[in-house]
Amino acid sequence: MTTTEKPDYKVIGTRPIRPDGVEKVTGKALYGADIHLPDLVQGAVLRSPHAHARILSIDTSAAEAMPGVLAVVTHSDLPVVADKVLDMGEGASTASDMSKNVLAADKALYRGHAIAGVAATNVHDALTAIEAIKVEYEVLTPVLNVQDAMRDDAPLLDESRHTRTPSGEESEDASNVAAHNRFEGGDVEAAYAEADVVVEREFDTKMVHQGYIEPHNGTANWNSDGTLTVWTSTQGAFAVRGALAELLQLPVSRIRVIPMEIGGGFGGKIGVYLEPVAALLSRKCGRPVQLTMDRTDVFQATGPTSGGHMKGKLAVKDGKITAAEVSLAFEAGAFPGSPVMAGAMCMLSPYEVENFKVDAYDVVVNKPKVAAYRAPGAPNASFCVEQLIDELARETGADPLQFRLSNSAREGTRMITGVAHPRIGQEETVQAAQASDHYNSPIEGPNRGRGVAGGFWFNAGMQSSVVASVNPDGTVNLIEGSTDIGGTRASLAMQLAETLGIEYDSVRPTVVDTDSVGHNDVTGGSRTAYASGQAVYEAGLDIQQQMVARAAQLWECEAEDVEYADGALRHTSDSEKTMTFAELAGKQMETGGPLQGRGSVVARSPGAAFGVHVVDVEVDPDTGKVDILRYTIAQDVGTAVHPAYVEGQMQGGVVQGIGWALNEEYYYGEDGRMENASFLDYRMPTSLDLPMIDTIIVEVPNPGHPFGVRGVGEVPIVPPLAAIANAVHDATGHRFTELPISPRRVVEELHNLQ
Amino acid sequence: MKEIDYLAPSSLGEAYAALQNGKTSAFLAGGTDIIVQLREGRKQVDQLIDVKHIPELTSYAWTDDGGLEIGASVPFAEIYEDDEIVRRLPCVIDCATLVGGIQIQSRACFGGNIGNSGPAADTVPALIALGATLTLGSAGGTRELALEDFFTGPGQNVLEPGELIIKINIPPQPANSGAFFHRFIPRNEMDIAVVNVGARIDLDASGERIEGARISVGAVAPVPLYVAAAGDALVGETPTEDTFARAADIAADAATPITDMRGSIAQRVHLTRVLTYRALDRALERAREA
Repeated sequence: MTTTEKPDYKVIGTRPIRPDGVEKVTGKALYGADIHLPDLVQGAVLRSPHAHARILSIDTSAAEAMPGVLAVVTHSDLPVVADKVLDMGEGASTASDMSKNVLAADKALYRGHAIAGVAATNVHDALTAIEAIKVEYEVLTPVLNVQDAMRDDAPLLDESRHTRTPSGEESEDASNVAAHNRFEGGDVEAAYAEADVVVEREFDTKMVHQGYIEPHNGTANWNSDGTLTVWTSTQGAFAVRGALAELLQLPVSRIRVIPMEIGGGFGGKIGVYLEPVAALLSRKCGRPVQLTMDRTDVFQATGPTSGGHMKGKLAVKDGKITAAEVSLAFEAGAFPGSPVMAGAMCMLSPYEVENFKVDAYDVVVNKPKVAAYRAPGAPNASFCVEQLIDELARETGADPLQFRLSNSAREGTRMITGVAHPRIGQEETVQAAQASDHYNSPIEGPNRGRGVAGGFWFNAGMQSSVVASVNPDGTVNLIEGSTDIGGTRASLAMQLAETLGIEYDSVRPTVVDTDSVGHNDVTGGSRTAYASGQAVYEAGLDIQQQMVARAAQLWECEAEDVEYADGALRHTSDSEKTMTFAELAGKQMETGGPLQGRGSVVARSPGAAFGVHVVDVEVDPDTGKVDILRYTIAQDVGTAVHPAYVEGQMQGGVVQGIGWALNEEYYYGEDGRMENASFLDYRMPTSLDLPMIDTIIVEVPNPGHPFGVRGVGEVPIVPPLAAIANAVHDATGHRFTELPISPRRVVEELHNLQ
Repeated sequence: MKEIDYLAPSSLGEAYAALQNGKTSAFLAGGTDIIVQLREGRKQVDQLIDVKHIPELTSYAWTDDGGLEIGASVPFAEIYEDDEIVRRLPCVIDCATLVGGIQIQSRACFGGNIGNSGPAADTVPALIALGATLTLGSAGGTRELALEDFFTGPGQNVLEPGELIIKINIPPQPANSGAFFHRFIPRNEMDIAVVNVGARIDLDASGERIEGARISVGAVAPVPLYVAAAGDALVGETPTEDTFARAADIAADAATPITDMRGSIAQRVHLTRVLTYRALDRALERAREA
């Protein structure tokens, strides 16, 4: 569906094969653990068996004396770092918290918290050695959810932590609440008093993991000249370099991070876990050291996203949502930094709501420190708000999509942050869902129901930098620094080919290390196709400009007399004088030497993304199992550069949302142990649990990008939780306010079992 | 992980000798459980005895009276690709096709699933419903016992030191009988049963009256349960919704599950009733087709 007239693109909108495809499907691509170096040794990490404990002493002497052991490190090997905030691109943390997360200092704050690292000649010796490290713990009561953590008498994770209150002051008493923020506008009480209907409910969600297939890894070589080289699979090589520079107190110029292929990230591969430990071990033993996690480590010791508790109260008057009061408390894990603010700022953004009061609490608990996960914070918050909107529509007899349409935000509508939306595609997206075959097909049969929900994500801009070198044969090497997760080598090459008017196959993209290109922020925030695309466009214009000058030189005319279009140069008044891109590329030596274009941007107009989902479910009333019968997603993507990858992102987000809605959860015992830290019992959907997910691409071009690109990858995970809950309600008459809507929860609710 | 010896005896005699060499042992049949347990440090042994090279354990055959004897290490795929077994013992196929995925099924076997002795083992309720026995062997000779008498606790069984499972014996099934096995898992694949149930119904010649019934339930107690009382309650009855519901209630009463990450007590007791009823219903269909 195209809502505005689109330029006549040659490459954008086609579906070419990705440049990295063959290497990946033939198993030749090198992922993090595939790096092998001369003298490489393996390491292992000792992890806390307790969710909350004071570390009284660590004795590594026996381990150090074991055969094959080359080095042992603990927190005391890390330099002291300041409380400086480290913005990793999607989620910030202080350097001192990050340092304590990498190797526990005075306290172990979650089960799986790294205590010590060992390097040995082989992994078996390393694993044997970590068992010989003697740690004396004083075991403390763990705090495992936000409600417990917020009680006055709750055990404190950090006795020196106080709440940063909405006024910006610190609370008097120490607290597990790291921050309380508030957004307020209009007069909610007056709106409730005048409302036709008010609905109010509480919601709970559990911690969930991104579930990328490749476990974390880190290989480090601390060279004898004091430089450090790190190989890792990460969403942001420059973010890793920056974090290592702070944690190890090294200048960035002494660190080179080489990004390996990445087996999924979804936000979870931005922070550092193993890399600093491998670096310390390498410095001690003088050999390159490799550390890898197994799946249990990944679940217990990397960053999932928050669970939490939410309260919402919404009012409607004459079909308009007039008030929203929402309180969100999200688990940050062991250190502050949950995505509660992002959730708070996203959940109402598809709509125009005049009166609002939104409270956001960032709460530490004895669980792993959360990391970004695809539109961090927004799915949970929308689980609350989009169910209440569904209820308002039902109570007032409105069609749930029409209700959303008549309350939709548009250009100029202010979000709760006070920022006005630029040109957005919220209304067009709702209309696309309304017009879908799915929404116009009846849902029939017992125990079946349909649900809808909407969602918003900001999308990010940030910094990108690329270089494009023209080869004499008319091809171009594109040197870029954005980890390719969702097909960005292809989508960036396409944007350069479009800019230069050359074939897609003429552009060869390469993702390089931190010494080899200007700064690039993380592949996160749905920013890469947009922001790196903008840098690529600028590099293309740079080449165009240089080529025009060179053609003018060859034709002995002024540059103004030369025009660049459709991959060729033309003299504007002499039709005899034309040259293709490839022809001029072949004349580089005689026209001034190698031709390079460069593009560096701080992209500031990402253009927000909106999605509307429609889902049909069937609930087995005897077993409580929910089957997804049909799923349709409509989403404004600005301009679909590579429609197949756009559809893949939309479907992938839905799949993760379905897992989150129906089965996924960190299941904790009272002792703070995650009992299901394996893919067997952490139930992500399999292909047999999913229908074909139909996609409707809506294109309302982003005015802030030369090709109208908007971020695509994150918003599709925002609506599924609420859409499925709304569908289950339609099927059963029961409103499920706690995730996951697992067979256990459904059957216990439907049969009133206890 | 420490070093482990690997032995691959090619006869029962060699296997018995290996079992008596003074080292702690685990059997390596399909390896789909034991290798994971060893790698994750959940089990520690000195040696692995590969039982895939012993003829008695790697073959299966019909007996003269119509029973089926399955060597302990015959992979599931070999069983469910046999058309005659598919036709004559569909309940065996129900469970053989449910354990793991296709790759697992090409290695995993009945002997391994039984020997691992998990309370949720998917082959066990099916085989108990069919009245299966086990032949156990040691240097001292062989013995046979009912499958339901094999288990003593989660991961525990009556195998003596020096003893192994040779084969699973499925006796000839009554003329007008049908059996069915199914399980409940939260997803559609790759899961461990929250509850699993095997049931067999034996009808009289008229097809109107139940002459016998066997019901077995897994994942609701420390061991897979043979709920004789539930089957006995059906004897002499006509197969109706009411009689099946009564048997399902008895099965549910026998369940003593725990709450864990795979399900709650209340859910499992409820599912025992639901699944027993559904298993009886499908077993009846098969009995009538027989």
